[in-house]
Amino acid sequence: MSIESIVPTALDAPGHFGPYGGRFVPEALTAALDELDAAYHAAIVDPAFVAELTELERTYTGRPNPLTRAARFGELCGGARIYLKREDLNHTGSHKINNVLGQALLTKRMGKQRVIAETGAGQHGVATATAAALMGLECTVYMGEEDTRRQALNVARMKLLGAEVVPVTAGSRTLKDAINEAMRDWVTTVDRTHYVLGTVTGPSPFPTMVRHFHEVIGREAREQILAVEGRLPDACVACVGGGSNAIGLFSGFMDDPEVQLRGYEAGGDGVATGRHASRFSAGSPGVLHGARTYVMQDEWGQTLPSHSISAGLDYPGVGPEHSWLHDTGRAVYEPVDDTEAMEAFAALCRTEGIIPAIESAHALAGAMRLGRELGPEAVIIVNLSGRGDKDVETAAAWFGIDLAQQP
Amino acid sequence: MTATLAEVFARVHAEKRSALIGYLPAGFPSADEGIELINAMVSAGVDIVEVGLPYSDPLMDGPDIQSAVEQALRAGATPDVVLDTVEQITAAGATAVVMSYWNPIERYGVEAFSARLAGAGGHGVITPDLTPEEAGPWIEATASHGIDRVFLVAPSSTDERIATVAAVTSGFVYAASTMGVTGARTQVSSAAPELVRRTRALTDLPIAVGLGVSTGAQAREVAAYADGVIVGSAFVRRILQAPDQPAAVAAVAELARELAAGVRGN
Repeated sequence: MSIESIVPTALDAPGHFGPYGGRFVPEALTAALDELDAAYHAAIVDPAFVAELTELERTYTGRPNPLTRAARFGELCGGARIYLKREDLNHTGSHKINNVLGQALLTKRMGKQRVIAETGAGQHGVATATAAALMGLECTVYMGEEDTRRQALNVARMKLLGAEVVPVTAGSRTLKDAINEAMRDWVTTVDRTHYVLGTVTGPSPFPTMVRHFHEVIGREAREQILAVEGRLPDACVACVGGGSNAIGLFSGFMDDPEVQLRGYEAGGDGVATGRHASRFSAGSPGVLHGARTYVMQDEWGQTLPSHSISAGLDYPGVGPEHSWLHDTGRAVYEPVDDTEAMEAFAALCRTEGIIPAIESAHALAGAMRLGRELGPEAVIIVNLSGRGDKDVETAAAWFGIDLAQQP
Repeated sequence: MTATLAEVFARVHAEKRSALIGYLPAGFPSADEGIELINAMVSAGVDIVEVGLPYSDPLMDGPDIQSAVEQALRAGATPDVVLDTVEQITAAGATAVVMSYWNPIERYGVEAFSARLAGAGGHGVITPDLTPEEAGPWIEATASHGIDRVFLVAPSSTDERIATVAAVTSGFVYAASTMGVTGARTQVSSAAPELVRRTRALTDLPIAVGLGVSTGAQAREVAAYADGVIVGSAFVRRILQAPDQPAAVAAVAELARELAAGVRGN
């Protein structure tokens, strides 16, 4: 048997997006990824699975969630017609639950009793703890120690839901290190544990599978915008950490070339300072956490620490499909720095009465920029991926509100 | 030119024993001290040295190697420090292979890395997170420079998968004894003999067992069924616990002697 006959051309193999994606994992995980791939592909064509997931989405998550016209906020966006896709109204407060319910059902189908997850902002951890409670699974969540401090409320929520939260003290003590630790757990316990990866990163089939479970966002948004505007939007806008909420929204419009797809990364203190998470501005193709994708790395391929006021965007890698969308030009990615994001955060609070997650505020800032560029005739959908309750402390500190003081 | 992997395994077979393969990261605790420690290992009976390329996200490694690698990176360990380490220990007579996560090699360039490693006298590369499916350019580059490619099999690998991995492997097959990360364990996993038996049925390559071997007694147990015994974390831990460099050198040599006796059935 020749080598050529058994090694498929990587670019043509499943799980690739052009040169990106793939599987770069310890051999010990190959069997589990194959099992997951098979279970996933069998489940999504099984009417019973689809019906169960759809019913959960309707009666538990609260889907479909609305597409809200944000007229007053739109005035700050050059008068553009801004619509918010309200993932913040989902049970648990963000888009994360879409993916988690799908993977938790798969966990049961595979006969596993335990789920593990990584979390940055805590939204994915909360969603996983929630699904685990609902389905009677054991749950352990890995969270960078730095993030357990800035997202203390979500740590408490996970514990209330019965999950074990493990603070990770290695490396930069943020999301990247939480993923390392979750992978170490998984490789040791894989026979009875499923790793509920929270975004469209990681080894195949995660990027494809997580996208699939979030496609409901784009499906609903497309139907809703056609109903209210009678036409497709000019642009879809989302924040991009790993990029799952963005892929979910974009997927509904991928084949409509007239719809611009815009992703906004964390610019942190500014890309020029080096303290940011702008993979497409300052990163390069590399391999991180099981996939080839854009990575913030030094000349020797060591991962560089990322930085953002938003724990959920504070990650040096990005989903491989985004890398492909970037290279092909189908989607455009720009950084939004902490200051600009917090201005958009405050603007939405005061014009619409909606407190957004700081992650989502990056998308709102992007909409303010893009709306001014496209003008008042433009129709723009912004994925409001999460609500800001978890960020009240961070925002209060940013805006100088003393939480202890009486009004 | 030092002995190739094939020559080392032929020699140990002739001596009716297993090969002792010792791992240390390059640049730990510093470039020069790292070289001294590796040379001590070789003088005391290690047959093949795995020189680790320190990486920021070592997700297959347990706490001991994580902390060693962090120290090495802080001390400035780059791929060039690794290649220089290989060159120096080769000059001292060691058969050296590099152990590296994939991204630093991809970043260096597969052709450039293979060429530089061959130039430094290195014999092979162990790539714990590179799967055969993604290895196309790597296979070409290593083949053209005479560098052996060591891939891993695990207890969860199917027979079909073992055959796929073995077909792209040269030098030896690395059998991960257990489902887990690197680190000393009180017992070598009972999955190891079965994995070696299944692998043996599918390839003529030598098979070395790693993960969790830390004592002479464990080395003796593994040597009874495997062609090579791989020890990493136990060396690293001795160095981490040593008060200074001379003590670390002595501790590494002492462990190497104990393990070398083990692979000889003593």
